[in-house]
Amino acid sequence: MDSVLSYILSTNFIIAILRMSTPLILCSMGVLLVRNSGVVCIAFESMMLAASIGGVLGSAYSQNLWVGLLCGVALSVVFAMLFGVFVLVLKANNMLVSLALNTLGSGGTVFLLYALTGDRGNSFGLQSLVYPSVNIPVIQDIPVLGEILSGHNVMTYVAILSVPLVYVLLMKTPLGLQIRAVGENENAAESLGSSALKIRFTALLIAGVFAGLAGSYLSMGYVSAFTRDMVAGRGFISIAAQNLGGFMPIPTFIWALIFGASNAIANAFQATNMPPEFLQMFPYISTIVGLLLVGVTINQRQAKEIQRVEEQSRQSAQQSAEG
Amino acid sequence: MNKTKKIEALFFVLRDLCAIGIALLISLLLIFMVSEDPWGSFRLFLFGPLQTVSRMGYLVEKMIPLLFTGVGTSLMVRCGQMNMGSEGAFYLGGVVCTAAAVRLALPAGVHPLVCMLLAGAAGAVACGITAVLHTKFHALTIVTSLMMNYVCLYFGMYFINHPLWDTASGFKASYKYAETALLPRLFTKTNIHAGLFFAIAAVIFGHILLEKSSFGYRIKMVGTNPSFAKYSGINVTATIIICELIGGFLAGFGGAVEQLGMYKRFEYQGLSGHGFDGVMIAVIAGNNPKYIPLAALFLAYVRVGAEATARMSDVPPELVSIVQSIVIMLVVAEKFLAGWKHRVITRESMKSLDTGEVK
Amino acid sequence: MEQEYQYVLSMENITKVYKDGFAANKNVNLSVRKGDIHGLVGENGAGKSTLMKVLFGQEPPETGTIFFKGKPVSIGSPLAALKLGIGMVHQHFMLVPSLTVAENMVFGMEPTKGAIFDYREAVRLTQEVSQRFGLPIDPNMKVRDLYVGQKQRVEILKMLLRNVEVLILDEPTAVLTPQETEELFTQLVRLKEQGYTIIFITHKLNEIKQICDRLTVLRDGRSIETVDVDSVTEQDISRMMVGRNAVNSLKKAPAQPQQVRLRVKRINHFNSFGKQVLKDISFSVRGGEILGIAGIEGNGQREISEMIAGLDRIQSGEITVNDVPVKGKTVRAIREMGVAHISEDRMTYGSAANATIAQNIISDRFYKKEYQTGHILNRKHIRETTDALIQSFTIKCDGADAPVKTLSGGNIQKVVAAREFSQSPQLMVANQPTRGIDVGASELIREKLVALRDEGAAVLLISADMGELREVSDSLIVLCNGRIVAYFETLENLTESELGEYMLGLKEQSPEEIGRCFR
Repeated sequence: MDSVLSYILSTNFIIAILRMSTPLILCSMGVLLVRNSGVVCIAFESMMLAASIGGVLGSAYSQNLWVGLLCGVALSVVFAMLFGVFVLVLKANNMLVSLALNTLGSGGTVFLLYALTGDRGNSFGLQSLVYPSVNIPVIQDIPVLGEILSGHNVMTYVAILSVPLVYVLLMKTPLGLQIRAVGENENAAESLGSSALKIRFTALLIAGVFAGLAGSYLSMGYVSAFTRDMVAGRGFISIAAQNLGGFMPIPTFIWALIFGASNAIANAFQATNMPPEFLQMFPYISTIVGLLLVGVTINQRQAKEIQRVEEQSRQSAQQSAEG
Repeated sequence: MNKTKKIEALFFVLRDLCAIGIALLISLLLIFMVSEDPWGSFRLFLFGPLQTVSRMGYLVEKMIPLLFTGVGTSLMVRCGQMNMGSEGAFYLGGVVCTAAAVRLALPAGVHPLVCMLLAGAAGAVACGITAVLHTKFHALTIVTSLMMNYVCLYFGMYFINHPLWDTASGFKASYKYAETALLPRLFTKTNIHAGLFFAIAAVIFGHILLEKSSFGYRIKMVGTNPSFAKYSGINVTATIIICELIGGFLAGFGGAVEQLGMYKRFEYQGLSGHGFDGVMIAVIAGNNPKYIPLAALFLAYVRVGAEATARMSDVPPELVSIVQSIVIMLVVAEKFLAGWKHRVITRESMKSLDTGEVK
Repeated sequence: MEQEYQYVLSMENITKVYKDGFAANKNVNLSVRKGDIHGLVGENGAGKSTLMKVLFGQEPPETGTIFFKGKPVSIGSPLAALKLGIGMVHQHFMLVPSLTVAENMVFGMEPTKGAIFDYREAVRLTQEVSQRFGLPIDPNMKVRDLYVGQKQRVEILKMLLRNVEVLILDEPTAVLTPQETEELFTQLVRLKEQGYTIIFITHKLNEIKQICDRLTVLRDGRSIETVDVDSVTEQDISRMMVGRNAVNSLKKAPAQPQQVRLRVKRINHFNSFGKQVLKDISFSVRGGEILGIAGIEGNGQREISEMIAGLDRIQSGEITVNDVPVKGKTVRAIREMGVAHISEDRMTYGSAANATIAQNIISDRFYKKEYQTGHILNRKHIRETTDALIQSFTIKCDGADAPVKTLSGGNIQKVVAAREFSQSPQLMVANQPTRGIDVGASELIREKLVALRDEGAAVLLISADMGELREVSDSLIVLCNGRIVAYFETLENLTESELGEYMLGLKEQSPEEIGRCFR
């Protein structure tokens, strides 16, 4: 137990949180954009998975990191566009298409890997590349702070930068205005000749890029190879983060950090004799607890509201009785 | 009007056939990508399940668990709840059944029943938690239920890996089930087991519950328009919770049937996929228990075909997921072929317009 | 060169078939002269809105040609329509409530500074167009805080900002009070004087006579005739619309009130935004009496009906039915007390569109003994009940198993009414029972309300249709800003414009006069 405590108090813990949160932050920013445009998509699991195999294959065959990145993002975008075509154009149920895409992602990635390399289930046989870590000059030399701020994987910095980027995009640009407007009243856009379809596809496209960055980080940074179903629910956890953070980037970012932290805590306990199954369960339990807590606060707020309103009611009834 | 209805019915059949046709074409393409003998592999994939008696038996064996999760999921979806929890419920049901089959000493007729009922109860809890979180705490059903699947997995895995682990087995598997707990085989040449009767019963139960009973009426009204249900005086929260308890019970029960019918000990290393298959089946069957067996047969057929292909050629079994997902996406795409439908309906309407019989 | 064409706009042989096979427009013709206010009239369901959606590029027609300024054009999208100079103000406002007026105004043509949206410029554009046309509006207000009339103004300004020449208004007066309607008409006439062409959709004959130059009548999806307004009488138009002689008015004996059935006492109510929507409301309804509630929509009518029906909490005050309080009771318990409720929103609350007629009919009674044996529904009895109701309410359908969504609006409302009237209620709360439905269905429902009254039930009729209130109600209260501002024991000497003044809060009765509505 002591070792856990000292780990949690060390800078390594913060580094671990950032490492675990990186894919969640990136992906949840994508979820946020799509959600704001009024579309519920839970196919992020498959987008990330597609990107993780794309990144590995691209970088292994070209031995060029940029090609890997591009392949990962492109495959993720393909899944996002498939979702768009089926749900927005062909009017299929969004949940079912998402599930089907997730199945396609799970089987398709393994199939693709097998078709190209003959390997089943993992890419250990491939010489794929990883994203570099970045040392920030000057800051890296500051004690403690340098350790926390410098030396992370480049995607971690991208993830953190994506939060203000998405904020500006959503709140300060014409596209953001359109995304929010379409999400609230799609007819308003349609009646002015703006195509809700186009706006939503744009949101999906950007989300596909974010999920692609997240997915490629998983196989080219978080670890250095592709393994079957390696996304392991991170797409869903990102959706939960958005769900809890509402429609705003910063609360969503915070929830993604919290879920990353719960992952890191679970890892910290690995040194103890806690059964590993419970540690593996921890991120999912914490998601459910998060959903529960938000529900409880909503309920409390509502109860308070009802109380306040009824009190107000009684008072105004009294006043009118006296008057 | 009648003409329109006829066109719609024809359209549904045509669309499903088209979807399957397209999926097969794509799978042929994929087989060409990986196989040395593509036509042989494709033939095996298409007709393999019918080539031997044991494979035909295998088809029925594969269907049995799918009937449980398929019916369970249809019930929950008809109540408007996208609860994907039957995956976790199925797994957890299997684990609880394992515990009961390993640890309890009961007479032959009673032992499997007790195992299955306990498993059903565990499944009901798994899906019930999602229902309560949704109705009382506004949590998104689909997200919670997917998280619950992982929770069920690791929770169950703990018991298999620790208290129930048979170290003598050589891998992570439980102790062997007591002989008294196993479900008997029905035919000598296949592994088809007595669970088949329970599966058929589950389908009939689902059909009667949904289509004939007053509770089924409640489920359907809550599912199609909860505001209307509330306005009419139906208790929406209770309906959702009870419905998901039943759905989870069926999935958990199915998990036990699968264990006691097909296995001697618990061997799953992860989620088995039966729950997600149940979702697929429910979609293809239009969430109508009556058609669940047909949809389950289709999926089992593709599965058996793919497994035969994988075993006897160089095509990986993941082919199934690809075929499956393409079929699902096309079946649920409302506008797929809708242009054709609209043209036909319009032509008919215009005809009746010209002849003056206007509705 | 401008006047080379006779009509600024003409639509020829337009046929539109919806995907369920319903032909909403059948070879419709429409020609509009430049600078006219052109009325497009017809009953609900006659195809007016569909025709305009075709013109505005929202629905592709199966056949037909549209000529704009003498040239054939194809209008594939609203954008194409706007580019040509055709704009439309929809019946349901196309606004984003959480955005400001300025943000709504510039949607799709946002001014930018670099890549960033230039909000100040949006405000300036809004102010400019608002001043040019004399339609004042505050660009920084959130749309959800605007009054209905202001929202409509934003819609019109949105179109003017996009430089349209032809403006389509789909039933613009349906949501306005007489006074707001007058204001709108003044604005429309001013636009007409500046050379704008206006297509004005309505089913109110007096409005056509008042401001239209020409009019086209649609009936059952066909264009019946186009005439100069001056050349016809209201009776003529009505005959063209309905296809038979003018509507026969409701036959109704004087009310014979009995004991009080519904008592609403000192109700105060706050909505979830903390705004007080009902202030010290007290009234009562006796058996054998129809009490009407008049008022602009959103003045607490919905809350009153939902509180009585058990759908909304009673925060303070008391509601009793036959002297039994309803507070804390479930919807089912309240219905068992003999309360029936026609909701204002028939698609959300009143019916389940995907369910069959039979399923919609039994929703309030399926649990009762006659309808089930054990836990299994009694199909035969359900079928018989439904068939009988389909007959007595003349519901046009393919039988008891037809999904409700395949019916027309009027027939859907008849299904709702069939359910609510058939359990011999002692109190009927009818909220907007005839909104947006055809004359035949409206007449039937009004007759049923009167018949129910004559059987001794109490009827509370909430309506935005002043004609309906004056025709059906025995007595009337008026709501304004969540308060009762007037009570009329009889309606004999009440004029619509007087009613309008009370609804807008320009006039108010003394507390003593109002107090008489609570017995």
